[in-house]
Amino acid sequence: MEKVIFEYHSQSTSYVPAADPQAAKKHIPVEYLGVEEVILPQVSEQDVIRHFTALSKLNFGVDNGFYPLGSCTMKYNPKINETVADFDGLAGIHPYAPEECVQGALQLVYELEGFLKEVSGFAGMTLQPAAGAHGEITGVLLIKAYHQQNHPEQKRTVILVPDTAHGTNPATAALAGYQVRQVKSDDQGDIDLDDLQRNLGPDIAALMLTNPNTLGLFEKNILEVSRQVHKSGALLYGDGANFNALLGLIKPAELGFDVMHFNLHKTFSTPHGGGGPGAGAVGTIKELTPFLPVPQVIKKGKKYFWKHQQANSIGKVRSFYGNFLIAVRAYAYFFALGAEGIARVGRQAVLNANYLKHKLENYYPVPYGRTCMHEFVMTPHHDWAVSTLDIAKRIIDYGFHPPTIYFPLIVHEAMMIEPTETETKETMDTFVNALGQIAAEAVQNPELLKKAPLTSPVGRIDEARAGRQLILKYEKGRDAR
Amino acid sequence: MVPKDLKYSKSHEWVKAVGNNTMMIGITDYAQEELGDIVFVELPKVEQQLKQQESFGVAESVKAVSDLFSPVSGMVVAVNEALGKQPELVNKEPYTNGWMIKISLAAPAELSGLLSAEDYEKLINEGSK
Amino acid sequence: MDYIGNTEADNKDILRELGIASTEDLLKDLPQDRIIRQRLGLPPAASEFEVKTQLRKIASQNSSVADFACFLGAGAYDHYIPSTVPVITKRGEFYTAYTPYQPEISQGTLQSIFEYQTMICNLTGMDVANASLYDGATALYEAIHLACEHTQRNIILVAKAIHPEYRQVVHTYLKNSRIIIKEIPFLAGLTDLAALKSQLTDQVAAVVVQQPNFFGCLEPVQQLGAMSHEQGALFITSVYPVSLGVLQKPAEYGADIVTGEGQSLGLPVSFGGPYLGIFACRQEFMRKMPGRIVGESIDNRGQRAYVLTLQAREQHIRRERATSNICSNEALCALSACVYLSSMGAAGLRDVATASLSGAHYLANAIGRIPGWKINFKTAFFNEFVATAPGNIEALNRRLLRKNIIGGLPLEKYYPELKKSLLFCVTEKRTKTEIDTLVSILKENR
Repeated sequence: MEKVIFEYHSQSTSYVPAADPQAAKKHIPVEYLGVEEVILPQVSEQDVIRHFTALSKLNFGVDNGFYPLGSCTMKYNPKINETVADFDGLAGIHPYAPEECVQGALQLVYELEGFLKEVSGFAGMTLQPAAGAHGEITGVLLIKAYHQQNHPEQKRTVILVPDTAHGTNPATAALAGYQVRQVKSDDQGDIDLDDLQRNLGPDIAALMLTNPNTLGLFEKNILEVSRQVHKSGALLYGDGANFNALLGLIKPAELGFDVMHFNLHKTFSTPHGGGGPGAGAVGTIKELTPFLPVPQVIKKGKKYFWKHQQANSIGKVRSFYGNFLIAVRAYAYFFALGAEGIARVGRQAVLNANYLKHKLENYYPVPYGRTCMHEFVMTPHHDWAVSTLDIAKRIIDYGFHPPTIYFPLIVHEAMMIEPTETETKETMDTFVNALGQIAAEAVQNPELLKKAPLTSPVGRIDEARAGRQLILKYEKGRDAR
Repeated sequence: MVPKDLKYSKSHEWVKAVGNNTMMIGITDYAQEELGDIVFVELPKVEQQLKQQESFGVAESVKAVSDLFSPVSGMVVAVNEALGKQPELVNKEPYTNGWMIKISLAAPAELSGLLSAEDYEKLINEGSK
Repeated sequence: MDYIGNTEADNKDILRELGIASTEDLLKDLPQDRIIRQRLGLPPAASEFEVKTQLRKIASQNSSVADFACFLGAGAYDHYIPSTVPVITKRGEFYTAYTPYQPEISQGTLQSIFEYQTMICNLTGMDVANASLYDGATALYEAIHLACEHTQRNIILVAKAIHPEYRQVVHTYLKNSRIIIKEIPFLAGLTDLAALKSQLTDQVAAVVVQQPNFFGCLEPVQQLGAMSHEQGALFITSVYPVSLGVLQKPAEYGADIVTGEGQSLGLPVSFGGPYLGIFACRQEFMRKMPGRIVGESIDNRGQRAYVLTLQAREQHIRRERATSNICSNEALCALSACVYLSSMGAAGLRDVATASLSGAHYLANAIGRIPGWKINFKTAFFNEFVATAPGNIEALNRRLLRKNIIGGLPLEKYYPELKKSLLFCVTEKRTKTEIDTLVSILKENR
């Protein structure tokens, strides 16, 4: 294993001119100055590069191979996106530069919002949220503002989430000060209409719904769900985590969603960065646009401006304007695909997922077996002596990233698989072969799976030890071993 | 494993009389198994008053988190300090060294409402089907 | 162009395998009358060459710090970025990976975050740091949230000399909640201690300041910390990490939670994002922290290895009772900061901080001597300061732009009382010539 950067010792390379060491004392009273030296690595450039290159080799990204991580939409990240995001005229602009210095940036924000409105059917859009969950809190605050503005006398204190929801949904609703109530799924995997009806009432602010849901199924009663929700005076929030299935196929606003976030790092091909940065654009119907965060870009003639004042705005959810360079990548993606390419995305994602499901059903049970959208959930056979975790770890040995596991919570031992539109039939066939072999191993040699992975740089890690010892930073002489 | 001499709650805690109106409380073997490797147990302060069914703490495992509910009302008279350094005791010895709190019983009648070992066994067998 | 890998023939094979005539047969669960039938109102598909040309055109309409001498700071700083940073962060193994939920094939991300956490702890003196939050503003909100949860109190005292946008974000999150925010005014550029004292009761969950504050001034943090603790309130600071190359560590002045904007650690100004939310705190609050945390352990072969830990705090496990709703963070930006700090080392960071503050003092001194100009606050500052012009500042900034200089930030929009005032920032990238040119043009403003 690669050592920790603090365990290297070499001569640091200098990147800026040396400064007069007495200057700080000259200008700043001594009580504000640090006493002890800051402990940082002291490493030559060569060692820095070797260290982090070595670390990169312990990682697996979309560039390394198939990454069928359900609900995460690990599609290919086009390289042109990276190239253009490095342009000085984009990466090098200061957020407070005068408007006349950033006309290109404002144009890009304005046009990307337009593209997103076009594919979603929404009237308003903001790029300010930095991630999906950040988009969720923005959306829920919009809903709160809407209710307060329109009928302050009502006490809508509860948000409904289905039992298949991502954890961010209930966490977001609670963060916004709402109580959370769960709605059941029916035996088809759709939201249970009777249970929904029972729960809807004058205390409900919104239903947060992911469509397709986390089983990869299109909520086929969506129009009825929307009708019921709106009839009760609540709003319908869309979690856009699974929007890739619908891109170019159907506009969420046409399904009755009032507000929805879009993960640019899922649907619009921007990379996940090992956990971020992403971006969580939020779209709304016309009635909610007065509450959108400020500032908004407006266009007058051929010029673009920031509009900072908006009486009913919820305010700001992040400093400056959001993850601009992520927006740049999404813009490049829209521009490359254009109307023709965007129209193909959802359909191809659905086709690929159904193909993979059809092939894998030969080896693994698929509890909700109807036609899926962009992903599906399967499980091990109940009489196998191995768990989903064992299968996931064995998948690593075959050179693939494992699927999302143990989610959604309503399926015992779930494996959630999403191939995305960019994967080829050939890659999927290789994956199917591997999973077929793993199924055979699960029956013949379960011990092999329990030991997996065998080929990865590290084997299974003692997570309980990590949770009990809690070594959360490097300290000389302290080691988990 | 469900020891015969203890009383149980539906939320998978056990209760044991340890003399002088004092009850020892922990979670069952079934509960620790369901939670997996326990990495942290949050316990109340001594002298805290608890009502029956009130949460007295939280057990965290690597992948899950569970509230701990007091099967009886009363005042906390001791907590198992050893769990601070060794939360795994709950996994290894749930009925002995993995105990969590001792309570001085406020309403002895509550005891009769708890499950017997037999009833608790029935409950978990139904639950795991 | 698109990035679909299947050929027409592949798709036909798939359809045959599925026993259907067309992909449309897979869409029967969708309301048919809502399916998009007409062409989307988007530009036509473009080749990579055309995409690049379009983005170049857009980029050319912007003034970048590569071509202009930038004297703007205010939370976004034009520091030098060593070549090592992009070389590492542009490795596909890092930037095309997801959150490291499968630690066996994510040790690169996990170990780099562990190293980042260590560096943030070392810089701030705090016991624990998380793997990153969105930015400095949301990190500050999260700290306030933690303080209220921990103390079970509901009043927050926020210095008015904190970045206005950070305060706006905090207000957005806390509007209509049980938490009451009270703003503490400033006096001569610093948080008004008397005003603070009058509000500081045993109902206050935390006192929140920025160091250096929005005006670049150094707050009397030692006193502020002591005053907070006297009332049992937590002391929260928002810091500019580069300044910690020379300034006192927050732990030394009694900070309980340290947040900050990490952009200055190897990230370009990027029109405001992606940036890096820094969050670190004392051990006591560890289990209430927001966001991901990496811990060290061993694998089944006895090797040192890293995993996400303390996950029971997070939304995917605790759902509505999670400490925060954050899921995606700014991991790649944390990697930038990690490579930046590894490259610079303590000496390099000290040089950056020293050169920045020296340049700023040189500029402030020069402006102070221009007739009609005034330096607003006569107090210790780091690399930013406020100066008030005798004449029209918009016209001044336009004139500077013609000389390829982006001037200071007009403050009236944020603080109506600061008319004709500009916030100037100097980093190590500003040369003496650039500063002298700026001064010579300021002299023309009357």
